[in-house]
Amino acid sequence: MMQVNRLHAGGRVDRSKPISFEFDGRTLQGYQGDTLASALLANGVSTVGRSFKYGRRRGIVGHGAEEPNAIVQLGTGSSTVPNLRATQVELYHGLQAFSVGGWPSAEFDAFGFFKNLFGSLTPPGFYYKTFMWPARFWMTYEHFIRKAAGLGAAPVEADPDIYDKLNQHTDVLVVGGGAAGIMAALQAGKSGARVILADEQNELGGSLLATNWTIDGKTAGQWLAERVQQLADMPNVQLLPRSTVFGYYDQNFLTIAERRTDHLGITANSAVKNEEQTHGVSRQRIHRVRASRVILATGAIERPLVFANNDLPGVMVASSVKNYLVRFGVVPGHKLVLTTSNDSAYATAIEWHKASKRAVEVVAIVDSRRGVDSAPVQQARELGIRVIEGSAVIEALGRSRVSAALVAPLSDDGKKVAGKAERIFCDTIASSGGWSPVIHLSSHTGAKPKWSEQVIGFLPGASVQKERSVGGANGARYLRQCFEQGIEAGAEAAVLAGFEGAELGAVPSTDESEEAQAQALFLVPHTKVSSRAPKQFVDYQLDVTAASIQLAAREGYQSVEHAKRYTAMGFGTDQGKLGNINGMAILADELKQTIAETGTTIFRPSYTPTTFGAIAGRDVADLFDPERYTAMHRWHCAQGAVFEDVGQWKRPRYFPQPVGSGVESMLDAVNRECLAVRNSVGILDASTLGKIDIQGPDAAEFINRMYSNAYMKLAVGKCRYGLMLKEDGMIFDDGVTARLGENHYLMFTTTGGAAGVLAWLELWQQTEWPELQVFFTSVTDHWTTATVTGPNARKVIEKVCSDIDLSGDAFQFMDWRDGQVAGIKARVFRISFTGELSYEVNVPAHFGQTVWEQLIAAGAEFGITPYGTEAMHVLRAEKGFIIVGQDTDGSMTPGDMNMDWVVGKTKHFSFLGERSLSRSDTTRAMRKQLVGLKPLQPERVLPEGAQIVNDPNEAIPMAMQGHVTSSYYSAYLGHSFALAVVKGGLSRMGETIYCPLADGTTVAAEIVSSVFVDPKGERQNV
Amino acid sequence: MLQIYCPHCRETREEEEFSYAGEAHIQRPLDPAALNDREWGDYLFFRKNPRGLHHEMWNHSAGCRRYFNVTRNTVSYEILESYFTGDQPTVKAESL
Repeated sequence: MMQVNRLHAGGRVDRSKPISFEFDGRTLQGYQGDTLASALLANGVSTVGRSFKYGRRRGIVGHGAEEPNAIVQLGTGSSTVPNLRATQVELYHGLQAFSVGGWPSAEFDAFGFFKNLFGSLTPPGFYYKTFMWPARFWMTYEHFIRKAAGLGAAPVEADPDIYDKLNQHTDVLVVGGGAAGIMAALQAGKSGARVILADEQNELGGSLLATNWTIDGKTAGQWLAERVQQLADMPNVQLLPRSTVFGYYDQNFLTIAERRTDHLGITANSAVKNEEQTHGVSRQRIHRVRASRVILATGAIERPLVFANNDLPGVMVASSVKNYLVRFGVVPGHKLVLTTSNDSAYATAIEWHKASKRAVEVVAIVDSRRGVDSAPVQQARELGIRVIEGSAVIEALGRSRVSAALVAPLSDDGKKVAGKAERIFCDTIASSGGWSPVIHLSSHTGAKPKWSEQVIGFLPGASVQKERSVGGANGARYLRQCFEQGIEAGAEAAVLAGFEGAELGAVPSTDESEEAQAQALFLVPHTKVSSRAPKQFVDYQLDVTAASIQLAAREGYQSVEHAKRYTAMGFGTDQGKLGNINGMAILADELKQTIAETGTTIFRPSYTPTTFGAIAGRDVADLFDPERYTAMHRWHCAQGAVFEDVGQWKRPRYFPQPVGSGVESMLDAVNRECLAVRNSVGILDASTLGKIDIQGPDAAEFINRMYSNAYMKLAVGKCRYGLMLKEDGMIFDDGVTARLGENHYLMFTTTGGAAGVLAWLELWQQTEWPELQVFFTSVTDHWTTATVTGPNARKVIEKVCSDIDLSGDAFQFMDWRDGQVAGIKARVFRISFTGELSYEVNVPAHFGQTVWEQLIAAGAEFGITPYGTEAMHVLRAEKGFIIVGQDTDGSMTPGDMNMDWVVGKTKHFSFLGERSLSRSDTTRAMRKQLVGLKPLQPERVLPEGAQIVNDPNEAIPMAMQGHVTSSYYSAYLGHSFALAVVKGGLSRMGETIYCPLADGTTVAAEIVSSVFVDPKGERQNV
Repeated sequence: MLQIYCPHCRETREEEEFSYAGEAHIQRPLDPAALNDREWGDYLFFRKNPRGLHHEMWNHSAGCRRYFNVTRNTVSYEILESYFTGDQPTVKAESL
């Protein structure tokens, strides 16, 4: 297909480098330097999508970040990217783009008929008002609504590309490389300051890329090339094209998304390979920049006029039409009608008029003002263009594209049609309602935008961060103002960043002409009222019309924030860059107040959508979170262990043994492992338990304050189990602390709680009791712990340890000893989490695996069985030992856990949480208490979390009595069992309770003691 | 993202290195048993949560692991000063 709309000359495209690409399956051609949007227009493609709500045909209206309609999905498979604006996609060989609105395609939309038919019946809030009931149907509706609306599709496969993040510090960050930004960067750069200049386009220049003014007597292009070269020659200036500053956060922290290879079409699985391809270059990366000073030179976006049927393909923003003409050599139609409220748009008609192409003409310029005789108006008249004063296009006519404009005279205030409408044939309508400064980044900082009657737009509010807005973003109308403000801001920023100011650069001269005052025109009247007229679109992307905003106001949505949420205006991925100001003005008019009184909604990051890939960077897959391994990890792997994640630790969950041609099930493995411990001996890798080494003359006093039980009299060589409470009396952690020496302790914490406990100890020592001399060191990783447990444990240890008297009298339960185990210096603790005779052998981590292997060898004759966390859980639950965080949930006191025996009643210091144990709430009756449950069906294992009721036939909602916290099958007991917290449970022994389950069945269970095995503790105390 | 000055390290570092540790200048009652439930509850649960200046504890958790105090404006997020635990701020919130 020919590029029917391409001019023979002009623009910044390279006609010697044709590029073929696909759009919705059609193969088309563009040139190097095109955007997808300019190439589509060059090919005469006018429909690029279907609208969100009504399924109406939509064409390209803008040329940058503001584009609401031309939203495309690029590529297929794992590298596909949804939600891109065709105006910001650089063309490359083999580019595949798909329109996202319309199903099955934008050109033929199966839902369009349905949506147009009901269009007039879908006021704001329609989906909520209509599809809310019955609630269970919402999911069905939503499925079709989403399909019809076409929001693009996220890739379902893993992204094969590399993304990066990097941190940067800079003296001056200049956002936007247009006229103001370039001058600011040059001026700041001259002073020696480190400068970053970021611009979202592929080349610097901003509006200079599409202007025909001369600067310092040179063409804009020539002048620009020289300035960019100057910047590139400065070693202290970093130029970042294709880089969107998408967020402005506290203390001058800004984020920049740099697109490095997207424009080459090089993705990991792309069929197209380019000579520029470099392996290992990330596709995109995010610069996290901390800047001393920020200069916002983000320019302005032209507002379209709001008139009836203004969404017909062929209706475009005036400056965008000029952009396609001047920058890309594309004339997006033949017969142009320009409708404007200001002078700046005249340049569009003049460029169109100059385009040397057959049948291309400007039919008319329709100006809402009267009697304007400024230079642009004169120039248009001199060129013989018909200028219609005091009028506007009130309606676009046409079916699949504009075929005519309905032009009518307006009253002086622009609020009413004041005469007969004339039909003017054309295929393109360019409109301009003035310029909206891009104040998004300024808004991110919390600066409150202020309305300017002169600019007819919101200006950045007073700075709350170290930033300044310049140029178009600051309401500047002329290039010379942009240059001047840029130079000033660049100089100021360098000085404020601590540099000696360089000599001020000269302000470049231009041949711009003076412009007459623009008219504020936010809604072009129609002969009918808005609610009766053809739709007047304010927000194209979300199909919000002038009538719907007026309706929202009448329905009582008077705050701009409420009206926004009710109509969805500005909620699209374009954040209403094009239409928001018109919408707010229409709301203000309907509410009979000023725009300043109405205010604006607040813009938030991201300025344009940012890919998740870039945000995640390298923090994916294996690098998502560190994994921690114990010293015996390789041994576990070799044994075929199945692992579970405990915090960052990988712990063996169970060790399945071969059975026939497969391996045993988890239940079989756990049963086998548990029985081995109860009947002979097992071995557990307990290295992950937190270990904190505590030393200092006041260590005993400090520990005594932290734990609920007494520690002052703990003898050297002894261990004690303790509970740690928060000040509210709730259990926070538990574990054993051993006294290693007079002023030396070793505290064990839960695996998951280790970091939190250390921070907790440090908090109290540093902020409340700095007078206590005590020091903490985390030694979790320094030691490896092998727990040998079971009736035969002593016989195993005896074989590898000869220098400790292991007899029950000499080395008692809750003692610890130094010695040699398997030839390695070790600490051995007689503490037990299984209720069996246990030795916890601690050796320096580097010796972990060898000692472990020798313990296994020594235990072979007793059938020593490695067991994992699953068996560990069953064994401890059989003994009624709690796991903090499983049987407790931050609302459980020691008393609730039936553990008053761990609470010291006569401690000399009020330990943390003690006072809270006598609060009215912690002492009330019917608190939930830990009990055992024995299901009446011995094979039935209750699900953990199951709710407990007294009467399964009670009317819903039933009175909840508590819930199951731990539940297993016990091979040793021969039946299932559970731990649970039940209201007043300790005084309800022998009662039957019920657990109604999600599957509709109910399990009955008897309340029993939480200790199922060896209630007297005889097995561990031998 | 804040930048916080650690008075122990004497350096301004990124917020990522720190963890917030709640309101500063709350003294633990010396004799908790002497307090009634309401008084103890005030100590336990009630915080100033001001709009404006706030004195708060931070821990340089990925740095020196020391706690210190910061005076921060909860509206603008401006940090006015960092100072040692036990010291008084030079700029005081009304509520202090």
